[in-house]
Amino acid sequence: MSTLQVTWFFLIGVLFTGYAVLDGFDLGVGFWYLFTKKNKERKALIKSIAPFWDGNEVWLLAGGGALFAAFPHVYATVFSGFYLALMLVLYALIFRAVSIECRDKLTSPSWVKFWDYAFSFGSILPALLFGVALGNILRGIPLDKGMNFSGSFFTLLNPYALLIGLLGLFMISTHGALYIAMKNEGELVSKARRWARISWYIYMFLFILATIITPFTQPHLLRNYEGTPFLWSVPILTLMSIALIGFFNKYGEDFKGFIVSSISIVGHFSMVGLGLFHI
Amino acid sequence: MDSVFLARIQFALTIGFHYIFPPLTIGLSWLIVWFMTKYKNTGEDRYREISYFWLKIFGLSFVIGVATGITMEFQFGTNWSEYSRFVGDIFGAPLAAEGIFAFFLESTFLSILLLGWNRISVKVHWFSSIMVAFGSTLSGFWIIVANSWQQTPAGYKLVNNRAELTDFWAAVFNPSTMPRFLHSIDGALMTGAFFMLGISAWQILKGLRVDLAKETMKVSLILALVSSIIQFGLGHYHAVQVTKTQPEKLAAFEGVFETQRRAPALIFGIPDAEGEKMNLAVRIPGLLSLMAHGDINAEIKGLKDFPKDEWPPLEITFYTFHMMVGLGTFFFALAAFGLFLLYKGKLYDNKLFLNIAFWTIPLSFIANQLGWISAEVGRQPWIVYHILKTSDAVSVSVPPFQILLTIILFLIIYSGLFFVWIFLLRHELHSLKLSKPAVDEKGGNA
Repeated sequence: MSTLQVTWFFLIGVLFTGYAVLDGFDLGVGFWYLFTKKNKERKALIKSIAPFWDGNEVWLLAGGGALFAAFPHVYATVFSGFYLALMLVLYALIFRAVSIECRDKLTSPSWVKFWDYAFSFGSILPALLFGVALGNILRGIPLDKGMNFSGSFFTLLNPYALLIGLLGLFMISTHGALYIAMKNEGELVSKARRWARISWYIYMFLFILATIITPFTQPHLLRNYEGTPFLWSVPILTLMSIALIGFFNKYGEDFKGFIVSSISIVGHFSMVGLGLFHI
Repeated sequence: MDSVFLARIQFALTIGFHYIFPPLTIGLSWLIVWFMTKYKNTGEDRYREISYFWLKIFGLSFVIGVATGITMEFQFGTNWSEYSRFVGDIFGAPLAAEGIFAFFLESTFLSILLLGWNRISVKVHWFSSIMVAFGSTLSGFWIIVANSWQQTPAGYKLVNNRAELTDFWAAVFNPSTMPRFLHSIDGALMTGAFFMLGISAWQILKGLRVDLAKETMKVSLILALVSSIIQFGLGHYHAVQVTKTQPEKLAAFEGVFETQRRAPALIFGIPDAEGEKMNLAVRIPGLLSLMAHGDINAEIKGLKDFPKDEWPPLEITFYTFHMMVGLGTFFFALAAFGLFLLYKGKLYDNKLFLNIAFWTIPLSFIANQLGWISAEVGRQPWIVYHILKTSDAVSVSVPPFQILLTIILFLIIYSGLFFVWIFLLRHELHSLKLSKPAVDEKGGNA
């Protein structure tokens, strides 16, 4: 790769990492949204992300645009290859955006209920599918001579990609629960801390599982580590930051928990970058 | 049905629906700036009420614009992968720029604007309204840059059958960027103005906050008139550019088959692409040459100068163009009639005008759609003019039935969104019943 391409590789990594950290918390809020039945708490959840969600989504648009501009073949292959999955993400993001705006315009119970489900599933689906897509990119996808994806929709639903999808989902749900705890008051905070705890156990478990499995099933991702053992500090730091989430959660330090959770997301994306980067 | 046809249907459907919202929000954003400025300067409550009410309408429309806008950025990759490979270096750059520079500005300041009432100072709030208007206009700029490059590509070279960027600014300010940007933004101002005019007329007819409606009616009427007048000039400027850079598109607009000097302008006609002639044509001699070149004897290229398989679809291009021009003329006439009534002091009592103004709301959206269709269909069969054909641009790895499936889903979801939008607009309008004018005003006469 030329210097320019390396710069773009890094910049696009920054944009997608920024997206995951920022939109991650509001997608994560959507994950927990249906877990509370109280209208007052649901309103508080929406209110806590209302000013930020669209600013956060800009990172996705900017990342997509940058990918289009700098690596058009990647953009073209991935977006057309993952056609149905991306369309699902799109529908989910549309419903989600509209539900945040519409939910409290009317008080009719069926109206509110419809948008409640739209918001929550509209958050969970992208959180899961982004991870599945990334899992497939890490694993590698079959391409033909024209650089076009030659598999089918079901090629994408392989165990490794699904594992990465679940890891991403629980990374985001943990992140969201910590955000809720940090931004609210009273009963909702203790609820959110419990959510964060449960979610953190699964996040930790899936991270360790994925880290153990990857070297065996996807050895090509270790290329860069072999030459530069120093790079192992990245997964180690990621593991440490995930562990610290549990520590801060135990002592009710929600803000610090949110920060280490953000660091763990940056860690994940660094690992993805180190795995994929190839001169 | 083949992928190319289906992908085109999907693109037309999703861009057509998306394009309902950006012109409206761009136009309204500048009207809101006006009322926020009035509020900042006078501190009068009615300006605050107007801004508050119209920001709710704005916010509702903006969010649907954002939600349906994401589709557009995804779609180049999902449905037009070969196009993306071909032009990514150039076409992706303005899309990224839109996200980073413009959309970020809009969404940040929009949150402040919508949620800032009573929380931030009037000055900061006012400043946010300007940034939102500026941001959405800038957004429009980058999108039109990308689209104009398809019409009149510049600043690139072909390497290994791909377009590579050689001169960023030449690509950004390609020959059609400025005419198309100004034409579209003025179209957006017209949309915002006629929308506000129509809603204000409805308020007066229904007796809902007539005190506020008179103020918004007056301001929107003036903007409607000014932007309609300017549009004649900008439309002309754009047509002159099309004559120079895409002569076969102009020939399709005007139904010119034979290359000729003293080309006439068409008042009426029914194009016949098969027979390569105009039926029932009513013409003004020399006018087209005069308008396009400023010289009555200038030559206008006819369609027969171009290979027939490279003609744009004649009927669609021709009819949409002429209907757009017709509507533009009607908008001017309506606004001029309104100004006359205002001058006579009868604007708020003329039931006929108020009713027409209300029913003009859909027409202003239709005019935008017509203009866009004639511009894009008039570019066919090219996706990038004279470089890449639309039929060579479509994704090869997406099976047609998947596109058909997503078209159906888009149809269902977008129809739902449309009804939700209309329903909530009505809801906001009827909520005016609950609000009462401040009693200390002098009888609500603006």
